[in-house]
Amino acid sequence: MIDFLANLGRSGLHWLSLLGRASMFLFRVLRAQDAVVLRYRLTLAELYSVGVRSLLIIAVSGLFVGMVLGYQGYITLVKFGAAEALGGAVALSLVRELGPVVTALLFAGRAGSALTAEIGLMKTTEQLSAMEMMAVDPYRRVFAPRFFAGFLSMPLLAAIFSAVGVMGGYIVGVGLLGVDSGSYFSQMQAVTDWREDVVSGVIKSVVFGFVVTWIAIFQGFDAEPTSEGISRATTQTVVISALAVLGLDFILTGLMFT
Amino acid sequence: MKLRYLEVSVGLFVLLGIAALFYLAIQVSNIAEYRDRDTYEVIAFFDHIGGLKVRAPVTVSGVRIGRVSRIAYDPERFQARVTLAIQSGTDFLPADTQASIFTAGLLGEQYIALEPGGDFESLAHGDEILFTQSALVLENMIGRVLTNFSSD
Repeated sequence: MIDFLANLGRSGLHWLSLLGRASMFLFRVLRAQDAVVLRYRLTLAELYSVGVRSLLIIAVSGLFVGMVLGYQGYITLVKFGAAEALGGAVALSLVRELGPVVTALLFAGRAGSALTAEIGLMKTTEQLSAMEMMAVDPYRRVFAPRFFAGFLSMPLLAAIFSAVGVMGGYIVGVGLLGVDSGSYFSQMQAVTDWREDVVSGVIKSVVFGFVVTWIAIFQGFDAEPTSEGISRATTQTVVISALAVLGLDFILTGLMFT
Repeated sequence: MKLRYLEVSVGLFVLLGIAALFYLAIQVSNIAEYRDRDTYEVIAFFDHIGGLKVRAPVTVSGVRIGRVSRIAYDPERFQARVTLAIQSGTDFLPADTQASIFTAGLLGEQYIALEPGGDFESLAHGDEILFTQSALVLENMIGRVLTNFSSD
């Protein structure tokens, strides 16, 4: 019984200290954000590796998700003789949910894991300590540009995902299944509200970008400096990011679409 | 050369993201509606508004001329007080215009249809629409049909 209590306490303290370290880390990264402008070339390079190189997978996934939505939506709607409402169904599900959430999950897998592995390896090979020895602040040199790049890329990627998905739905719905092109878009505009749907989706993607990048960079920073440690940290990044995104999505949806 | 490539590709990426946002705004959502700010408001009282929602369309002969901007309950008249925001371009509605709550299709959303009367004076900001017709409540209709049957 006492053992059980002790275990519970130990894991509680472990999580609490982890959360504390993560928050301290985030605070210091945020305070170092002036480096983003001062060292814009580093930021540029990170934007390239985090954002530009995620573009292809995001665009292709968006296209296919949109096309599948077109098919599935059509099958359901045509039973009620409401195939014209397809545009609205595709756009709403993309802009509100699938755009931000799927993009965040892909982003965690594509960019988040890379960030963790890179920083974890930097720590293992003692590059971070070497930087400190040379009076180069790793927060400003390494973490701040990466954090900013992830934070900025995520909403842009989510917007691209949704836009490409709408076009994918158009290809299937209008091109293959014969929904009227005009009613596809007019239905879409009739049900999709700029502030309530599109802006809420963008807010979601901003939050997800923040959280996923934070988790990724912190996992790299906090990784045990061994090869197993890096591999564990990389896995943890993807798992925790996915859980955090889905959990936050539930909360944000509850707050925004009442 | 390397830096140039980075700069150009990141620039393109950001541009593409912003273009996607614009596409979502203009092609996908109803941002155009946020522009017709120039509206005037008239009030209508209904016994029952059914499933009418804020932002529901207001139409004349099926043409959309505004939307419902507020719905509240008036405790003095024991009626629903619905505020309609009508585009300023449509300022020629006669004072005895009738407002009815209809349903688009069998299961569609509810909207307000205005039928112009014959008065020479027009509705202005803050006026009240005197003639209103409430929403049809399906349960009431069924109840009435059933009583008709049972009284035979």
